[in-house]
Amino acid sequence: MPVTYPRIVACGDSALSIELSDGIDEDVNARVVALAADLAERPIDAVLETVPTYRSLLVLYDPAVRRAQALKPELEARLRAATPGRRAGRRFVVPVVYGGEVGLDLDELADMKGLSAEELVAIHTDAEYRVYMIGFAPGFAYLGGLPEILHTPRLATPRQRVEAGAIGIGGRQASINSVPGPSGWRYIGRTPLRLFDPSRSEPFLLHAGDRVCFRPIGPDEAAELDAASAAGLTGVEPEPA
Amino acid sequence: MTELLVRQVGPMVTVQDRGRKGLLHAGVSGSGPMDGPSMDLANALVGNGADCAVLEFAGTGGVFEVSEPVRFAVTGGAVDIRIDGVAAFPWESHHLLPGQRLAIGAMRDAVWGYLAFSGGIVTPPVLGARATHLRSGLGGLDGRRLAADDRLPLGRAGAGPLLAFRRFWQQVRGPIRVVPGPQDDRFDAAAWRDFLEEPFIVSPSRDRMGQVLDGPRLHAAGGHDIVSDGTVAGSIQVPASGRPIVLMADRQTTGGYPKIATVASIDLPRLAQTPSGRPIRFAAISQAEAEDLLIDGRRALADALAGIAEKPPVATPS
Repeated sequence: MPVTYPRIVACGDSALSIELSDGIDEDVNARVVALAADLAERPIDAVLETVPTYRSLLVLYDPAVRRAQALKPELEARLRAATPGRRAGRRFVVPVVYGGEVGLDLDELADMKGLSAEELVAIHTDAEYRVYMIGFAPGFAYLGGLPEILHTPRLATPRQRVEAGAIGIGGRQASINSVPGPSGWRYIGRTPLRLFDPSRSEPFLLHAGDRVCFRPIGPDEAAELDAASAAGLTGVEPEPA
Repeated sequence: MTELLVRQVGPMVTVQDRGRKGLLHAGVSGSGPMDGPSMDLANALVGNGADCAVLEFAGTGGVFEVSEPVRFAVTGGAVDIRIDGVAAFPWESHHLLPGQRLAIGAMRDAVWGYLAFSGGIVTPPVLGARATHLRSGLGGLDGRRLAADDRLPLGRAGAGPLLAFRRFWQQVRGPIRVVPGPQDDRFDAAAWRDFLEEPFIVSPSRDRMGQVLDGPRLHAAGGHDIVSDGTVAGSIQVPASGRPIVLMADRQTTGGYPKIATVASIDLPRLAQTPSGRPIRFAAISQAEAEDLLIDGRRALADALAGIAEKPPVATPS
């Protein structure tokens, strides 16, 4: 059945999903992020929170304040007015220790691609990524912009535990893991940065719409950054615009 | 500081409050109770505000003591409660004195129990809530389930009367009502017929994140992978296995499986409280009807809370 986008669909009695597309596309995601920003700046009374994802914005609302039927036209108007790119996301350079215990798939992945590990790292660090969404777990960053040669299917059997800070590849997506947990993605390194630390004044390092580059680092710098993270520091600032 | 001493504890006891708000965009699950009305009623029965933290237990409660006199109440369902071996009723408050042992047995005909203490549990809030999220280790007592010998701080509570309901709080019966969508169009007529006309069995594969259902396998003609989008409590996602999973309080904030429908808020606590092995049926209603039911449900809960009153004095044998 052909579907026309954008469309607003029901998610029960307290949420609507504004779907802009069913694919992964930077322009679509930019519109999602712009709409979320607009709703944060100019709140609608019934809207409790929003969840920007790749290609849709989940809007949670209180039906006792306003019904979906009354909310939809206003959300449609906001969507028409929201201008993507009005505020470019921040850009972070994320330090990465490639390979090692956490980046345990680096050599195998390089073999699969007919590359040396160094070449694979160079390809991974030459690209700029976009944070399409934060989801699944606190601070977990889903990145788009992975060079095509690095696209790799997920493992048939997920691993039981992958560490926080692991730098992953799953299909055409990339990730920076924020908390330890099971995963079927492939991992090529780790960052000492903590994307999520509830004890920090800013618990979350990245937001949807931010841009990310990776920079290889050695063991000495990793040790310094690990110490900074343990002390509750973010360890990195966004680049000046 | 009043302390709650955990002597023995069931396998799944956590600190819960109303949960984390406003952080779904950062990947943080809301958590909070599996059965919100039961938690609210437990708090009210001990004179607590609605924001106080309680213990939520699945199946079996445990054995508890306190360092100072408190009032407590247990809600959620029928359950065996003993104070120093003397039976006490759920759904009303009782005194618990230092040196007395409170033993809470297994839930009957329900799954999730709520144990509230006057003053509430005052473990440190994390990201604005005391609710425990087990998967990410947030909130509650070090982000984990309780274990024997744990000690939990209780808030200050003034003396107050023992309370009970004047009217019994009863949940509705009948099918679990759902609002189709957001990916209802990925399922064809045959899948929809199975979904609405066949019974499903509440599987023992269940936790605070999700509830798996056995029954007809639902095939998504449009495929079982979608570009990940946001989830809500009650989202019924269908992975390639065809076994639906209803997402619950500790759900992941985003997911990549198509969601055939969403359980109406009014019926989600009832699904959570359905014992494993029981059959359930689904009935589709409109979003507007579900909104009406949610609003009616809040009113019914407010009425039940307003109908809480002082317990009649117990006749003492002379």
